[in-house]
Amino acid sequence: MSLRKPAKNQPDNFEFNSSSLEEAKKIVNKYPKGKQQSAVMALLYLAQKQNDNWIPLAAMKYIAKFLEMPYIKVYEVATFYSMYNLSPVGKYFVQVCTTTPCMIRGANKLVEACKEKISENENELSSDKSCSWMEVECLGACVNAPMMQINDDYFEDLDKEKALEILNKISNGEKPIPGSYRGRVNNEPENNRTTLMDLKNA
Amino acid sequence: MLKDQDRIFQNLYNDLGPDLDSSQKRGDWVNTKEIIDKGREWIINEIKESQLRGRGGAGFPTGLKWSFAPKELGSRPHYLVINGDESEPGTCKDRDILRFEPHKLIEGCLIASYAVQAHVCYIYIRGEYFVDGQKLQAAIDEAYEKKLLGKNAAGTGWDLDIFIHYGAGAYICGEETALLESIEGNKGQPRLKPPFPALIGLYGCPTIINNVETIAVVPTILRRGGKWFASLGREKNTGTKIFCISGNVNNPCNVEEEMNIPLKELIEVHAGGVIGGWENLQAVIPGGSSMPLIPKEKCDTLTMDFDSLVAEKSGLGTAGVVVINKDQDIIKCMARIARFYKHESCGQCTPCREGSGWMWRMLERMARGEASKDEIEMLGDVTKQIEGHTICAFGEGSSWPVQGLLRHFKDEIKKRNNFDPIVKENKNIPYLVDQHLLDKNA
Repeated sequence: MSLRKPAKNQPDNFEFNSSSLEEAKKIVNKYPKGKQQSAVMALLYLAQKQNDNWIPLAAMKYIAKFLEMPYIKVYEVATFYSMYNLSPVGKYFVQVCTTTPCMIRGANKLVEACKEKISENENELSSDKSCSWMEVECLGACVNAPMMQINDDYFEDLDKEKALEILNKISNGEKPIPGSYRGRVNNEPENNRTTLMDLKNA
Repeated sequence: MLKDQDRIFQNLYNDLGPDLDSSQKRGDWVNTKEIIDKGREWIINEIKESQLRGRGGAGFPTGLKWSFAPKELGSRPHYLVINGDESEPGTCKDRDILRFEPHKLIEGCLIASYAVQAHVCYIYIRGEYFVDGQKLQAAIDEAYEKKLLGKNAAGTGWDLDIFIHYGAGAYICGEETALLESIEGNKGQPRLKPPFPALIGLYGCPTIINNVETIAVVPTILRRGGKWFASLGREKNTGTKIFCISGNVNNPCNVEEEMNIPLKELIEVHAGGVIGGWENLQAVIPGGSSMPLIPKEKCDTLTMDFDSLVAEKSGLGTAGVVVINKDQDIIKCMARIARFYKHESCGQCTPCREGSGWMWRMLERMARGEASKDEIEMLGDVTKQIEGHTICAFGEGSSWPVQGLLRHFKDEIKKRNNFDPIVKENKNIPYLVDQHLLDKNA
């Protein structure tokens, strides 16, 4: 189990803005009447997006009221799932996969790059407060290992130089292009395609 | 090697585009109405005849699972839930289906929903696949627009709504009952079985849960016939499967191949061979991290299907093949997997919650060569204490890779760790429960 604690400095209030509110109502409608509690995960995610990538306790209380469920149940969900950040993580949140398939292809080099470029320790904001990084468990892009995720996007087939290049770009405020960084197409075997050949040449 | 025309996922590498028009050119949605008009019985029988086994890891026969849904619709609605919480290290096949073949999945959902009499289908996607989930949502919107979903979906007279539910980074939610808990808005902790979800599942209603790949192959099976699917592979291990080959190979890739393909062919032909040559191979994890590894000696002749891997005390699982060559420290690799399970244990059952941490710490010590001789037996003991003592199979899954390591690489661990145990004398203290852990020869 992972141990997760809410941040010490918490804002007093939280409320959905109008676009989140609209989205939240849409999400609640996905589930049967009386089962609005099902929307709690999606709503926490919305709150996280709205609040610079982390969820304050006030947001949990707000969502509990919104879904007419006990606050402790929202708290339980927010602390259980690892994608909910309970303390500030920076506008760019870098997650480096270090599970075995990535590890044996050199994920530790990406960790080195993050240490050099962002901060010495995990979950620590960079000097300009825009960025933080952490090691995570398998992100499900094992054939594109090693890889990292920045906010919603996957950056695949990396090495240390390429990771540094990406991190440089985000610190300059540019938007790096997600996908493979060795120029391969999706998950096909690089330079050695053996199947579906007609389609490739078509 | 499988012929290209027998591959179900023609757009695995996105040569053709995932949109509806290109999907229809590949044969999706062509005669959905005709298939559904043949009736529930026919669909389930055809799937049974194809001998399709679930692609999510456990390999349960899909036709049989569908037949567990109550025949008559009672007061409670039925649900179909698609498991796209792909989090097993080494596996990344569902992601390609979600982003490149979404219409195969959506059409499969319609047919399966009809077969189990569900009007609502939830697709559970892991939260990290947000971008891929949005691509699926775009495909679903497209299908609604063309009246392939919603009221009288695709002119079949069946109403179906599909909703996506995102997870939030919990491996355990790939377990079917934990997934249901997660959709209901709770912590994802597995339920006791029985009752099985087919009778009491989502919101207490009959629910059928299938993997993304299982459902996505259904339309093609029904179009080309169960017999065609059964003709591929071998008895009880039929059809095609997407293999994800990662780790120390020259060209890691996803590839759809026939069941029962030799592992060597998979690695040498499709993945460009092991880095440093076949002789440099150390071990292979054949089906995602929870399956015990297989050493090189056995890899030469191994074929990849459910039953032949069970015979090797491993399993096909999700067919995520992780290749580990001799440049890697095998104990370190397994210690990292143990850390994964320690992190992902949901905390419900004590043996898994505590045991996964113990295994990780012991393996870390063993990798550094700081463990004592007796700890090897102790580690084996811990894995046995976990296996069979947890609510879900994922808890046991944490102990299988360690057992695999102990089975095949015990000598390696012994060579590195030859400290004498701290407690040498057998004091025989009556209140000390762990008598068996004391050094017996002292």
